[in-house]
Amino acid sequence: MKRTFDTEEKIIVENNRISKDGVEWVINPYDEYAIEEGIKLREEFGGEVTVACIGPSEAEKELRTALAMGADKAILVEVDEDELQGDEHTTAQLLASLLKDRPFDIILAGNVSVDNGAGQVAPRVAELLDIPQVTTITHLTVDADQNKATVERDVEGDVEIVEISLPALFTAQQGLNEPRYPSLPGIMKAKKKPLESIQLGDLKLEQQDLAAKTEVVEVFLPPEKKAGRILEGELEDQVKELAHLLHSEAKVI
Amino acid sequence: MFIHLTEEQELIRKTVREFAEKEIAPVSEKLWEEQQFPYEIWAKAGELGLIGLPYPEKYNGGGGDWLSFVIVLEELARIDCAVANALMANSSAASLINHYGTEEQKEKYLKPILTGEKIGAIGLTEPNAGSDAAAIQTSAVLDGSEWVINGSKIFISNSDNEITGPVVIAAVTGTKENGRSEISNFIIPNGIEGFSYGRKLNKIGWRASSTGELFFDQVRVPQENLLGQRGAGLRQTLSTISTGRILIAAMGLGILQGSLDRSMAYMEERKAFGKPLTDLQALRFKVSDMATHTHAARLMIYHAASLRDAGKPFDKESSMAKLFATEKAMEAAHQAIQIHGGFGIMSEYAVSRAFGDAKVLEIVEGTSEIQREIISRLLFQ
Amino acid sequence: MYSNVLVLAEVKHGHVRNVTFETIAAARTISADGQITAALFGTDMNGYAEELIYHGADRVVLVPDAALNQYTTDGYRQALLQLIDERQPDAVLLGHTAQGRDLSPRIAARLNSGLISDVIEVKMSEGKPEFIRPIYSGKAFSRKRAKDGDGPLVVTVRPNNIPVLARDVSRQVDVQEIPVEIKDLRTVVREVIQKTSEGVDLSEARVIVAGGRGVKSADGFKPLQELADVLGGAVGASRGACDAGYCDYSLQIGQTGKVVTPDLYIACGISGAIQHLAGMSNSKVIVAINKDPEAEIFKVADYGIVGDLFEVVPLLIDEIKQMVH
Ligand SMILES: Cc1cc2nc3c(=O)[nH]c(=O)nc-3n(C[C@H](O)[C@H](O)[C@H](O)COP(=O)(O)OP(=O)(O)OC[C@H]3O[C@@H](n4cnc5c(N)ncnc54)[C@H](O)[C@@H]3O)c2cc1C
Ligand SMILES: Cc1cc2nc3c(=O)[nH]c(=O)nc-3n(C[C@H](O)[C@H](O)[C@H](O)COP(=O)(O)OP(=O)(O)OC[C@H]3O[C@@H](n4cnc5c(N)ncnc54)[C@H](O)[C@@H]3O)c2cc1C
Repeated sequence: MKRTFDTEEKIIVENNRISKDGVEWVINPYDEYAIEEGIKLREEFGGEVTVACIGPSEAEKELRTALAMGADKAILVEVDEDELQGDEHTTAQLLASLLKDRPFDIILAGNVSVDNGAGQVAPRVAELLDIPQVTTITHLTVDADQNKATVERDVEGDVEIVEISLPALFTAQQGLNEPRYPSLPGIMKAKKKPLESIQLGDLKLEQQDLAAKTEVVEVFLPPEKKAGRILEGELEDQVKELAHLLHSEAKVI
Repeated sequence: MFIHLTEEQELIRKTVREFAEKEIAPVSEKLWEEQQFPYEIWAKAGELGLIGLPYPEKYNGGGGDWLSFVIVLEELARIDCAVANALMANSSAASLINHYGTEEQKEKYLKPILTGEKIGAIGLTEPNAGSDAAAIQTSAVLDGSEWVINGSKIFISNSDNEITGPVVIAAVTGTKENGRSEISNFIIPNGIEGFSYGRKLNKIGWRASSTGELFFDQVRVPQENLLGQRGAGLRQTLSTISTGRILIAAMGLGILQGSLDRSMAYMEERKAFGKPLTDLQALRFKVSDMATHTHAARLMIYHAASLRDAGKPFDKESSMAKLFATEKAMEAAHQAIQIHGGFGIMSEYAVSRAFGDAKVLEIVEGTSEIQREIISRLLFQ
Repeated sequence: MYSNVLVLAEVKHGHVRNVTFETIAAARTISADGQITAALFGTDMNGYAEELIYHGADRVVLVPDAALNQYTTDGYRQALLQLIDERQPDAVLLGHTAQGRDLSPRIAARLNSGLISDVIEVKMSEGKPEFIRPIYSGKAFSRKRAKDGDGPLVVTVRPNNIPVLARDVSRQVDVQEIPVEIKDLRTVVREVIQKTSEGVDLSEARVIVAGGRGVKSADGFKPLQELADVLGGAVGASRGACDAGYCDYSLQIGQTGKVVTPDLYIACGISGAIQHLAGMSNSKVIVAINKDPEAEIFKVADYGIVGDLFEVVPLLIDEIKQMVH
């Protein structure tokens, strides 16, 4: 699980980076689907749901939200993003090294984060753990006896039905489920649930394993769009003018 | 005195805000229009654990604190005060049963009203006795092992609806030595023989709350439906009413915050004379006042709730909070409409609907005048 | 500068996907005179090789294995890794498509490489290739570069952003077959259910006609579909319309739906919530049709008509039909 800006936030660039001042944070919306799916699986099959996050100590808040929704345990790998200077490779390395020694049947993640939008971390982790994956799933049925799952996957609007052996990793697409609100008793219980905080040094990783493979040279905002034109006159004339403008001025038809 | 919300309380606020914005806001106008009790929302609120939050887990409550419950009511009322009242009035009934009920009464009547399955109501007010509660005339006479109740109640929130469960009513059970009425509380199951309702009351505020007129004609309830001791009725009600006042104040705070938020958003988007309304000092000052009152009300209410949670006396603080928050809510609702101009009169706009709701808050759970009476009495004590 | 670039081509509905040509164009920018090899996976793919060459590839390698006729992560992963081992490219480019998104991170992780995904522009700066990609759903952009990795740099290219190279039929066709060994597939694709209309895929469509809650019903989408058809485009929707059940979630455009950048985006009965704008505001030309003159959508529109979409859309269909004739 990753914490991201609330989708309503305005983006401000300061000193070649995105300003985080006074920003409202949320669980990455796609990760919320993943958490919900995990809880649903636990409700069906028993077992335990652990939510893991790589992030600053403040991310404890979003982890508590996940616990309040119903996850059993949380792990925060505390990193100082400025110090780490990582990229998706770095995050995947951290997660893989965290998960490597922990037993799991299924790993669920969001298919993309709404901030960086790279969509790399989860499949990278699957590769590093050498497990199969299905990305952008919209439905998951687990056959616990056969140790396999059947999933529906969104492929650019079409649906693929895929069978996969477990353990496996899945990334959630919108439509997978409707994430629940944390219930108030859930919120109060969340405080008592275990939240393990892990420091970078606790993971057996060398600096060179973590070094980013890519770097950001510049962050910038899209150019201000010049004000558009609201057409005027009789509706028929407006439509004629529009068709004409699209053809000869904008040259798109 | 320093009020600091815990991480959980912040998360409760966030959750309830999201719930209110997603589940209540879209249907709020319809509920208002049709004067319809929000059954679906009530059930969902039960699932989320909003309703029973400050009550013991043993009876399906959440085992939470009152400050958290204040936040719940504040956030609900920010979107729809009438919906918030369903929880508030239910809590009044729950408080009485929880404090004074027997184990059996709690099992039977408290449990279902903390989950959203049923809804509780409390009936004190009568056509001829409102502020002067001791003047009630509804009577209960012991006949063998049963109480026989006759009389009527009016303006009873959460009564007369499909899921009304127990109605806790006050009735005169005799005359005390000093000549005053002896008043006792009874748990009356909804729908029993002789218990009927008057016609639907049309209201200018709290329209989505079901407000019933109750009639008791030879209603017979078993002896064990007496709540606590005979003759303790008014004392019981008074002991829980200060908590109720904090909750009504919290609903006023919700209206304050809602009026402020809506006014600011509208001023930013609406233009007049080629400029956004935010350029007009006359309006800017209105929101300055609203924001200041909101802040002050919040501090007063959270403080009173914190005292309640700490087990300290809070009667004066809760009356002050109720008086201040509800009067400032009325003022804010009024100014929010002013800022919205003609649109503010249209029931499509939440500011217009909040207007009637704010007015109710100045009347229920002790009118403003009664609060001033109480405060001055406590000051000169 | 890269001297040996591998591009994984994609074929859909009997055509090389346009994004593949765009990816080849990106490969050309970062390799100047270097070699661009395009790979075609699956049997009977020879027929597509020519077009790849005409669009700028120097060589095509065919990997004619029946296990590759249907995309699976495991199968494509093994094939591409073997191909990389064989050709030793210094950069591997894929389309940022369902397939590319699924596959590229695994390849990068296996090779211990950097991956710059969802690239919309490629350029050379002081002799170094730079890649521009949207972040925060297009509310900002980041310009990225590779650092020294152990393996080749992996890049995915977002459809519809990079101009295709001029088609040149005089180019020498050089096709080669490379066998690979594919085993132990851990996933099986049981079925593919077509939901999108054949031909025009939302993320690659040049024209999108999108409907919002203002369309009012599933039936209300019919005129929009007709307009899309006359323009050779696809139909999209706001979440408002999807939530209301007027159309399938697969059509949703926005922050939690698809991000699209067509040449022409026609928004009908969409208010222009920020989450919706995140998915379409980088379209080249935006037309808004909405009866509320204050609707936010007009702030991002190049052209706006204030009016009832049920009047405007049919008029527009007629007008465009006439123009075509
Ligand atoms: C929507 C709604 C819901 C309600 N829900 C409930 C409920 O669930 N249960 C319930 O029991 N009741 C409920 N009530 C009743 C409410 O509590 C009473 O209306 C309130 O206590 C005032 O009583 P009254 O209406 O009889 O006014 P009155 O007591 O007749 O007051 C009339 C006016 O005289 C003033 N006044 C009275 N006495 C004094 C005094 N001593 N000093 C100065 N001024 C005084 C009052 O402030 C008021 O301005 C509800 C009322 C409404 C409108
Ligand atoms: C976390 C999150 C993620 C989200 N992600 C997305 C997303 O990815 N994509 C997305 O679209 N939304 C998303 N949303 C929802 C978004 O906030 C809006 O609710 C949604 O975009 C509104 O859809 P709409 O414009 O169709 O509906 P409305 O806002 O209801 O607008 C309908 C419009 O139609 C106009 N109209 C009505 N009738 C007519 C007519 N006859 N002719 C012309 N115009 C008419 C009205 O004037 C109005 O402007 C997300 C929200 C959240 C909280």
